[in-house]
Amino acid sequence: MSIIVNKRTKVLVQGITGSEGTFHSKQMIEYGTNIVSGVTPGKGGTKALDGKVDVFNSVLDAKEATDANASIIFVPPAYAGSAIIESAEAGIETIVCISEGIPTRDMIKAKHIVDERNICLIGPNCPGIITVDECKLGIMPGFITQKGNIGVISKSGTLTYEAIYQLVQNNLGQTTALGIGGDPIIGTDMKDAVKLFEEDKETDGIVIIGEIGGTMEIESAMWIKDNVRKPVVGFIAGQTAPAGKRMGHAGAIISGGDETARAKMDIMEKCGINVCESPSEIGKKMKEII
Amino acid sequence: MKIHEYQGKKILSKFNVPVQDGFIINDIKDAENIIQKVQKTFNTEDVIVKAQIHAGGRGKGGGVKYASNFTKALSYTKDILGMNLVTHQTGPEGKLVKKVFITEAYDIKREYYAAITLDRSKKMDVFMVSTEGGVNIEEVAEKTPEKIIKTWIHPMEYLSTKEAEKLAIGLNLSNNLKKDAIKIFKNMYKCYKDMDTTLLEINPLVVTEQEKVVALDAKFNFDSNALFRQQDVLKMQDLDEEDPAELEASEFDLNYVKLEGNVGCMVNGAGLAMATMDIIKISGGKPANFLDVGGKANADTIKNGFKIILKDKNVKAVLINIFGGIVRCDRVANGVVQAVNDLGLDVPVVVRLEGTNAEIAKEILSNSNVEIIPANNLQDAANKVVNVAIKEKN
Repeated sequence: MSIIVNKRTKVLVQGITGSEGTFHSKQMIEYGTNIVSGVTPGKGGTKALDGKVDVFNSVLDAKEATDANASIIFVPPAYAGSAIIESAEAGIETIVCISEGIPTRDMIKAKHIVDERNICLIGPNCPGIITVDECKLGIMPGFITQKGNIGVISKSGTLTYEAIYQLVQNNLGQTTALGIGGDPIIGTDMKDAVKLFEEDKETDGIVIIGEIGGTMEIESAMWIKDNVRKPVVGFIAGQTAPAGKRMGHAGAIISGGDETARAKMDIMEKCGINVCESPSEIGKKMKEII
Repeated sequence: MKIHEYQGKKILSKFNVPVQDGFIINDIKDAENIIQKVQKTFNTEDVIVKAQIHAGGRGKGGGVKYASNFTKALSYTKDILGMNLVTHQTGPEGKLVKKVFITEAYDIKREYYAAITLDRSKKMDVFMVSTEGGVNIEEVAEKTPEKIIKTWIHPMEYLSTKEAEKLAIGLNLSNNLKKDAIKIFKNMYKCYKDMDTTLLEINPLVVTEQEKVVALDAKFNFDSNALFRQQDVLKMQDLDEEDPAELEASEFDLNYVKLEGNVGCMVNGAGLAMATMDIIKISGGKPANFLDVGGKANADTIKNGFKIILKDKNVKAVLINIFGGIVRCDRVANGVVQAVNDLGLDVPVVVRLEGTNAEIAKEILSNSNVEIIPANNLQDAANKVVNVAIKEKN
């Protein structure tokens, strides 16, 4: 068991012929991901990745021909919102959007369409998802993971790697790790992912890593308090961030009192989450409580 | 991205939202002509003199003045143009006023508040109005939240007449004014949505003695991810309002925010960059900046990163924290060696590299002639950089 992706996941890559799409498709295949097709409008009928993968003009064509049930998106931000909608309308069940810099307006629309159809969207602007030794639908370095019983959820890419690294240092492996992205509008949010890990039989502990901006961590914490029995370790990045300044991620900006790191950490603590003051304590803390 | 009030009003006018309009003075030489032009165009003796900076609280800071005649208007313009305006949003250092907006003046009956922004938890835009206009709205929201009326807009639609009416009714407007307000609210939302705005705030929206509904102010924030399709907005960017180091960083595709401390940091990824700042603080130091080198860091990126960090003369030590995923640590290591040699760094540099090709990278660094302090993990890196920063300071 694991969440969202596993060895049965059949993947199509949107934007497979672009440089990012090509590079990461190779990496995903190397990890063991089952990539069945690619989509690049105008390049249907050709082959990608040294002739190994068929390319189609549309997601619908690719899905019908290759029975894909998941897609990963590497298209430029101006078109990425439409790419999500195209996948959703073609009936893809799991969509991971790596693209960074999508206009918020486009994401409001895409999010609405995805939710209406009950589709699992991860991202955008995220590292994707990895179920250890089964399926990597993303751009994270697979070799840092280790099979185990911890679920990892993070708003940030490299901070996810840091958490995985620390878990492994403490000899704790992972079931699934996912980066949900730091944009104002995202698909699967922290609470959704926590819920899936709580239901997953192989996961015994959950790490949640948030950051300044928005109130998603607070909503997750409230939900965890009433619904989660597994131990949860949490960290919030941006304790030193000034208000009103965007810290890289489009969503990482403090615009209200409850969007600060301190406010989020206090509420998480009250909800029974084991909050790390320092980012270097994530692995250690999980080791102590599990 | 933010724009000035006079630019915001131009945009609102295009969307048929009535504004208190006027003309802009960039140079004191033009002051007399412009003031007369405003008086003539709007057939009025009295005018308002308004400082144009990207910060709220201008009135309280002395940047907005009512002038009952030409002489007073000219004298206020001379005072305000070139002044260092300090408001609660500029910080104690204030902002130099380089533009003054001269507008028509009204007799005002009532002031209201109207704003649109994204409600992240509902994933919808929210339209807010209040009878408590012209004051600090954050205070109203905290003390009397029932005085803010809200409506949420369906993701696939514009503001409906029914929703707009609900807002207008909330403001207790008379029938005629209500009709005007409904039109204005619908146009405001169209403007907000079509222009890729993340915040549109009119504070105050007023009813004049002549029973007209008019926007006295206009505050816009635009989605920087959408500027590629809002070229007219992009042209409105006022580079004087941006931090020069942050601008330079963005030209190199780096994400930089200057802070107050003395430990410079260079990290890949926004979350890890914030976490690195945090651990510096927890370990007894103070971060000098946020710097995300992104997912494509190579030797050039590192070199440019160093240049930007070291422009800040407070920096006493630098921490490089890279967790390689797509970014290859060996390329980063080569960049560090090259930058140290080319730029002749005189501050100590602590380097922590983990992930893709980290072992090769460590070899590159230890075989090179540059003096760096290697670190084994996040905590080790923070301890080392804080220690050297303290030593350098003394």
